[in-house]
Amino acid sequence: MEVDRKLLEHVAEVARIKLNDGEIKKFLPQLKEILEFFSKLKDINTDNVKPSFQPVELKNAMREDNEGQCLSQDDALSLTEHKKDAYFKGPKAV
Amino acid sequence: MESVHDFIKKVKNGEIDIVEHTYKLIEECKEINKEYNYLNTISEELALNSASEIKIQVKQNKNIKNKKLLGVAVSAKDAICVRDVETTAGSKILQSYRPLFDAFVIQRVKEEGAIIIGKTSQDEFGFGGFSVNVGKGFKIPKNPFDSERSCGGSSGGAAGLTQKLSSHIALGESTGGSIVEPASFCGVYGLCPTYGRVSRYGLIDFSNSMDKIGSMGKTIEDAALLMNVISGYDKKDSTSLNIKNDDYEKYLKKSVKGMKIGIIKEAFGAGVDREAENNVCPGIEELEEEGAKAEEISLELPIKYGIATYYMIAASEASTNLAKFCGMRYGAVEKLEGSFNEYFTKVRSNNFGDEAKRRIMLGTFARMAGYRDAFYLKAMKVRTLMINEYKKAFKKFDALISPTASILPPKFEDIEKLTPLQHYMIDIMTVSPNVAGLPHLNVPVGFEKNLPIGMLLIADHLQEGKLIQLGSAIEKGK
Repeated sequence: MEVDRKLLEHVAEVARIKLNDGEIKKFLPQLKEILEFFSKLKDINTDNVKPSFQPVELKNAMREDNEGQCLSQDDALSLTEHKKDAYFKGPKAV
Repeated sequence: MESVHDFIKKVKNGEIDIVEHTYKLIEECKEINKEYNYLNTISEELALNSASEIKIQVKQNKNIKNKKLLGVAVSAKDAICVRDVETTAGSKILQSYRPLFDAFVIQRVKEEGAIIIGKTSQDEFGFGGFSVNVGKGFKIPKNPFDSERSCGGSSGGAAGLTQKLSSHIALGESTGGSIVEPASFCGVYGLCPTYGRVSRYGLIDFSNSMDKIGSMGKTIEDAALLMNVISGYDKKDSTSLNIKNDDYEKYLKKSVKGMKIGIIKEAFGAGVDREAENNVCPGIEELEEEGAKAEEISLELPIKYGIATYYMIAASEASTNLAKFCGMRYGAVEKLEGSFNEYFTKVRSNNFGDEAKRRIMLGTFARMAGYRDAFYLKAMKVRTLMINEYKKAFKKFDALISPTASILPPKFEDIEKLTPLQHYMIDIMTVSPNVAGLPHLNVPVGFEKNLPIGMLLIADHLQEGKLIQLGSAIEKGK
């Protein structure tokens, strides 16, 4: 596995982060070192082992489909300055 | 030291003027914060309002009889939402965010009459073991015994404040050791419960299959009392365990005669600071004198592969959890310009700190097509093996023991020299019980070079009581 500048820039783009030149120079060797260390997991035999997505056994937690209380429109809009006519305002979509 | 029960009694019978007491505590917090930076926010108004309400209730002798935390000062790690109080998880991207609701644990402590005094400092979103990875513009908390050293992390502010403030209990949070490790560095008790024992509703996620809210106190009694209040089923958290509550206080001072403890062989010796070990051994002897039986056990998988497994899972989950922070609806904003993706990218790039960016990239990479099976899925499978290894050990032992930290609290100048991977390696003792969702406790066992040393006790799922029993026996022997 080759972790290079191109791959790092691609991963950053997927994660919606723009890295400047200094950050790329700093992060690249660090991430290489970390991923190389993590690769040692491949030494463990996990044939026929099921993954544990949770540490304790949990069954599906379903709730009744009942009406509940939710935030008022004013409250929901109270935490941002980007709003207009009772809507959240975002950047241009098209 | 006055026990919290004696304090509550005095509040109830009016011997303590709770408004005056709270005012003094807030002033003490301000004074401590000048040097140590334990609080991102001091919730003075909320605290004094709560105290005034309690004072009226005491006068009228109304609604106070069964309150388990009446007038007790409680702080919350900054990742825990408190209604109308700035809650940032230590990140610039959430600066000025004031939640419209209380986290489950906050709701519970308020119901029991606690007074919320503030939000404690932490590594950004919990990403660190020294509280040096604070978000842009945040201050680094310092060790209460030596301000040139780290207080541990990521619940560093909580641990330091618990040590320094005259009377208070703290709500901490652990994903990979963020309760016990700072507790060890600051010489206090830190109890991290079984995954799912305490609701995560209102906790700002880091790694949702590992995040756990727990308690920190100057005494084991304080930690047990707070755990009693916050544990229990909550329908708002789909991973909350719907099982009967335990009464943790009944394990305090209970005899440990006949209990079996396993000393983790790999946790002593190579790679562990002799000084960190030195004080753990007398702690074990103390338990043996009280009638517990100690024996060595080998746990190779958790010690050898714990770090890689933990960081893979944690980074993968963190990268998805942090995807929601994009400058819309709440939190930091930038000028609205460019396309959606350009706007989100600008907000995230300008407001996340270095470690947040590193973990987002690690996790995004580990979940990408072509790498997912080798990294993310592999770690989830190793987790299964690790849980099995622990379960096997718990057939024989009531609890497992190691030092909590492999080093003494380090100096900031030495931390600066560490690479991120070396930084991760420091968590070697604490990550595996977190990966396996096991309850664990830090017990202060002594001092070396005037710095505190902690013993880590780990128990099987839902056996927090045994940890309290053993911790209480060591506390008694001191």
